[in-house]
Amino acid sequence: MVDDLYQEIILDHTKHPRNCHAMADATRSAEGYNPLCGDKLKLFIKIEGDVVKDASFVGSGCAISTASASLMTESLKGKTREEALKLLDKFHDLLTTDTPVSKDLGKLVVFCGVRDYPARVKCATLAWHTLKTALNGTAETVTTE
Amino acid sequence: MSTVRNEIAAGFDVQKVREDFPVLKQTIHGMPLVYLDSAATAQKPFAVIDAIRKFHEVDCANIHRGVHELSQRSTAAYEETRSKARRFLNARYKNELIFVRGTTEGINLVASSWGRHNVKAGDEIVISAMEHHSNIVPWQMLCEEQGAKLRVIPMNGRGELILEEYEKLLNPRTRMVAVAHVSNALGTINPVRQIIEMAHQAGALALIDGAQAAPHMKVDVQALDADFYAVSGHKIMGPTGIGILYGKTALLNAMPPYQGGGDMIKTVTFEKTTYADLPYKFEAGTPNIAGGIGLGAAFDYLNHLGLDQIAAYEHELLLYGTEALLQIPGLRLIGTAREKAAVLSFVIEGIHPHDIGTVLDRQGIAVRTGHHCAQPVMDWFHVPATTRASLAFYNTAAEIDALAAGLKKVKEIFS
Repeated sequence: MVDDLYQEIILDHTKHPRNCHAMADATRSAEGYNPLCGDKLKLFIKIEGDVVKDASFVGSGCAISTASASLMTESLKGKTREEALKLLDKFHDLLTTDTPVSKDLGKLVVFCGVRDYPARVKCATLAWHTLKTALNGTAETVTTE
Repeated sequence: MSTVRNEIAAGFDVQKVREDFPVLKQTIHGMPLVYLDSAATAQKPFAVIDAIRKFHEVDCANIHRGVHELSQRSTAAYEETRSKARRFLNARYKNELIFVRGTTEGINLVASSWGRHNVKAGDEIVISAMEHHSNIVPWQMLCEEQGAKLRVIPMNGRGELILEEYEKLLNPRTRMVAVAHVSNALGTINPVRQIIEMAHQAGALALIDGAQAAPHMKVDVQALDADFYAVSGHKIMGPTGIGILYGKTALLNAMPPYQGGGDMIKTVTFEKTTYADLPYKFEAGTPNIAGGIGLGAAFDYLNHLGLDQIAAYEHELLLYGTEALLQIPGLRLIGTAREKAAVLSFVIEGIHPHDIGTVLDRQGIAVRTGHHCAQPVMDWFHVPATTRASLAFYNTAAEIDALAAGLKKVKEIFS
């Protein structure tokens, strides 16, 4: 019934979020806020040269936003800034359009069910909006509104 | 539990009442719709739907000043709603009822028109900790503009206002006390009669946000001695975009218009405009005529069912729902006031309200999740959001059972 949304991988990352901690030696960080849900997220990334060496997050949110942040931080490691921004676009397309699923998304395809739940798209994209701010180096809190 | 169900069934023919609401007869995601979001907006009976349809099909014309038949019919129907509103709220005079878009506009009208002319630097406005944003922000804006101070009546852990603290807030600088009759986020029924009396003793006026009270209980603005009382049509089974602001004649007469335009004037020249008398002074522009006529039908419908019968049935339903939810491990009710309307706001440990809302929706159950436009209430209870099941007289004990079963499914998924 709701299994198309809450797939096993999503539930696993909700219950056991990966990279869920602050990062003392982060080179960039940004905060995201979804006023609709009250979801709050702080993202940390460590960039060396042009490559994301590490990524982590802290915050409180729903299952979708927590799993999204968890899976995003996993998928960012080793990516260049440009690759990360491309991935963001592909992830956004996955949630909001009917375009064929890109292979580059890897595990992130588990969020394809979100497109049938328009009210929840913002939950899945909160971490990614925050990533964009962090990569662009602007400091203010981003909101999904 | 079965005894409670029988008692509920005995006093009020809910199945017959449900026949009046076409929207309830549908399935959502293959399951019968269980609508538990009436505090956000109530569903509409045929009586209201038909009245709006008849207006558009048969009587449609602009109101006031038209000499033709259709205009006279629509004017009569629209103005008849004002008379019905007078009886519904037991106001003394018909001209004390102002048509507005809803409670929010009613409060803004008072904050703007009365506030700007009566609130000065150093004055104080008192609201409460459980207000909807619509009874916070207009006063905050007024205070910022005038250099006045906003003060807040605190509440206890059950979600009840602490009247001893309220008394301490009152002083000769207090100009207005603006409080909800019933809290939308918690369901608390506030002792507004006492709150108003205390305000008056301090020389202040009192505005009551009646959005959540009017659908559930008899309101008597004279018995309450309210200076202003605002309601929304769509919460009392009427259409959206129409509401009523009650104000005492002397206060309304002394207030300047809220908006300028057609219908609110006596004479207009480029040198000087004189304003219409009450209530038209506050009703600039073509109003929501269809909405007003639909609201009239809603008043008739509620009177036909009887507000006392509605209140008694909903109270039984609230007791039944409270008992059912408290049996769910890890569930905490937010708002457990001793005097409470049929609102069940809750959190479940470790599960975000939006996930609860989505899983319930897939079972056909409509609840509201989030901060319910009452962020200070959420902050007070240290929760980011709650899930809120708000009941109306068309809900049944079986629907409460469906909610409880739905929540068990939620727990299975996320545990």
